[in-house]
Amino acid sequence: MRGMRLVRFILTRLLQAIPVVLGVVVLNFLLLQLAPGDAATVLAGEAGGAPPEYVEQLRARFGLDKPVLVQLGLYLKNIVLLDLGFSFRNNAPVLELILGRLWPTLLLMGATLVISVGGGVILGVVAALGVRTWRDHLISIAAVIAYATPLFWIGLMLILVFSIRLNWFPTSGMEDVVAFHEGWARVVDIAHHLVLPTITLSLFYLALYTRLMRATVLEQRGAEYATTARAKGLTERAITLRHVLRNALLPVVTMAGVQVGALLGGSVVVETVFAWPGLGQLAYQSLFARDFNLLLGIFFLSACLVVIVNIIVDVIYVLLDPRIRVGGQS
Amino acid sequence: MTGSFIEAPVAGATDPVLEIRDLSVALPPWADRPLAVKSLSLTVGRGETLCVVGESGSGKSVMARSILRILPEPQLRIASGQILLDGEDLAQAEARRMRQIRGGQIAMVFQEPMVSLNPLMTVGRQIDEILEVHTDWRKAERRRRVIATFDDVRLPDPKSIVDAYPHELSGGQRQRVMIAMSLVLEPKLIVADEPTTALDVTTEAQVLTLLKDLQTKHGTALMFITHNFGVVAEIADRVAVMRFGELVEYGTVGEVLNRPQHPYTKALIDAVPSLVPRKRPVPAADLPAEPILTVRGLEKTFGRPSVGLPWLTRLLPLMGQGRRAAVKAVNKVDLDIRRGSAVALVGESGSGKSTLARCLIGLEQADAGSALVGGNEIVGMSRSAWRPLRSRVQMVFQDPFASLNPRTRVGDIIARGAILQGQSPDAAMAQAQQLLELVGLEAKAADRYPHEFSGGQRQRIGIARALAVKPDILIADEPVSALDVSVQKQVLDLLDDLRRQFGLTMLFITHDLRVAAHVCEEIVVLKSGAIVERGMTADIFANPQHEYTRTLLSSVPGRNWQLTGRRDQPQTIT
Repeated sequence: MRGMRLVRFILTRLLQAIPVVLGVVVLNFLLLQLAPGDAATVLAGEAGGAPPEYVEQLRARFGLDKPVLVQLGLYLKNIVLLDLGFSFRNNAPVLELILGRLWPTLLLMGATLVISVGGGVILGVVAALGVRTWRDHLISIAAVIAYATPLFWIGLMLILVFSIRLNWFPTSGMEDVVAFHEGWARVVDIAHHLVLPTITLSLFYLALYTRLMRATVLEQRGAEYATTARAKGLTERAITLRHVLRNALLPVVTMAGVQVGALLGGSVVVETVFAWPGLGQLAYQSLFARDFNLLLGIFFLSACLVVIVNIIVDVIYVLLDPRIRVGGQS
Repeated sequence: MTGSFIEAPVAGATDPVLEIRDLSVALPPWADRPLAVKSLSLTVGRGETLCVVGESGSGKSVMARSILRILPEPQLRIASGQILLDGEDLAQAEARRMRQIRGGQIAMVFQEPMVSLNPLMTVGRQIDEILEVHTDWRKAERRRRVIATFDDVRLPDPKSIVDAYPHELSGGQRQRVMIAMSLVLEPKLIVADEPTTALDVTTEAQVLTLLKDLQTKHGTALMFITHNFGVVAEIADRVAVMRFGELVEYGTVGEVLNRPQHPYTKALIDAVPSLVPRKRPVPAADLPAEPILTVRGLEKTFGRPSVGLPWLTRLLPLMGQGRRAAVKAVNKVDLDIRRGSAVALVGESGSGKSTLARCLIGLEQADAGSALVGGNEIVGMSRSAWRPLRSRVQMVFQDPFASLNPRTRVGDIIARGAILQGQSPDAAMAQAQQLLELVGLEAKAADRYPHEFSGGQRQRIGIARALAVKPDILIADEPVSALDVSVQKQVLDLLDDLRRQFGLTMLFITHDLRVAAHVCEEIVVLKSGAIVERGMTADIFANPQHEYTRTLLSSVPGRNWQLTGRRDQPQTIT
């Protein structure tokens, strides 16, 4: 019964997501029209200048001479057919380019989520259970520092200390391209490259979750149901693990859903600093090349990603909290 | 058990299960007094019910929690004294031993069953935990016991309710789960901290009967913490009255209720609103016949089906599954209130009494029907059209803490309405000060902020605020239900005085029949959004016509004590 409703809920949410994603596409398309210059001027500029006729010719070839609304209509039609267009700049279909960069970004995002949520939950619980002891103080102070430090600075410092001084981790890239590792060796190599960017990207949220988890665990331990559990004769350990933890996780899950959206933005900086071949880096490059087709494609994919992650978070929420009813009346 | 206590000469129990000796509980240094409980000595006898009565801040809950040592340490801690359970001192017991006692030998029932149960765990599992900790039974055996206990507390369909979550049960059912939780291992003593305060009166009566029955059946001793003397009259064998952490009176229920010795106990008992309906202050004939408020066929429905994208719903049937069933909060209500009368709107939670009031003051827009305030149709009226009418109808709200803006001075809170109605700020402020004196506060209170006042004082401020625009009709939505008994009486008397002084018409919303009887000559009984009975309070109390009214009246705890003035017969609740 509940399972059926959950499936229906997911389907409904997916249907509702379609207008949202299309809205994002339209908005991005119109916003990009506001940016000065287009692909034709950039291409012409990089060629060291070109006669105006040539630029016009380029525009006609890219379809940039048509009215904006016509361009938008054509683009929307193509999106519905899952045709994201062609990147003249990279001379390849946009979809192919994006899919090639998708998995490094997903890998980085996944690793970051695991580290920040997992680490934050554990540190927060440890701090809350030893409230006002040295453990709590140590974790809280570290959290505040990590919370207040800018992302790019952390990245540069990590490179400086762990790569250049200590030589423990590589400075950039996703794998050692000249070593031609295969199989297990390649996995280890990628993991090795992954460490610094993941730490950089997760530190802020790790601190945020630690603080959030500490506060909610403290709050939930003072809740009446925790007193009831104590009055039943349960040990503090059982009270924390069985009763408090699950209740305290709810706000963290909500926050994690918000984080995924922000992760894409953060990954632009981190991927640039660490030369990580992901979507963020691609977005950065395509923006400067005025490669709007590619940029729009990346935005489209990001919107889809965020929508899907939000649905996943909602489903996790439903599974964690029986009070949330899906699909209306029981 | 209940027959012999009247003549019992000693205050303490003869065969004590629990004996508290000289117990003191320390408060943190920043509190307003050093000790929450001050050298308190009590006993609870085997199989008896001891009621501990006190107002908020009397230390009764702290005392109850210190028995199980579940105080929020280190802010609150036992400073000295002994808590002897069959001779074993719990104040000195080790943590391990205390865990065996909790749930096994002493169990506790808390006030608010919704927050006392873990919302994410099935109720069956929450009881199963006790068995898991205290016994070495197998899973199937434990489940059988849980179901049997649910059956014992008369939960419907125990086999399916074990797998329900707390939010799927009603308030009364949740409290039955809590009671089942306390009973499952048949402890020697159950400590119940205001277990019926959060419940409706009919549910309260059922839970009290249940507790009493189970206690007789299992021979468990019961310590029952309450602020309600009606409940005391209903179930107590002996009574302890607490104030400021000290015991002020201690004796059998007959002694304490009928011959209280301490002035505080006397004042508390006097403050309980009488169930005997009052006489009308003005003879009925003197009231003008024309009504000031006329309501016809008023309706308000909540949670109507979603109206968005009907074509999509038709196209994709599964999109329409999200709609909620509509709830008729107010269902075709007709009401006439004559100028200068006081009408009580009585009903349990969910009866629609507050929604009706909010429709009459324009906080909710009614869906259908008509309501005339002094001849003006208010149903369908726009907000701007309402504005001049605001001075005619005013409301006193339930929660004196949430209904006053904490960042605004009391004087401004009171004067603002009058200023909006066109008075000059100086005149409005002068009037605010007069009103403060009228409601029994000092004029200089106008310069202070709401948090500096107690609950009762804040409710007086709320009344002064409502009176500032010189209304014809005063709607009071449960104005005393958040207050202690002694304060309750003062606020009720104040409302009554003001009403006569200003010739106000009062619509008084309450769940408490005693309060209704105390201030209103007329009464309207609501159930599920519809009026089931109306008439003069005295007539309805003497001869209720509707089945529901009869149930409500017979559920009032301690009615025999109040109506006969004595409690020397064992009580039965129907």
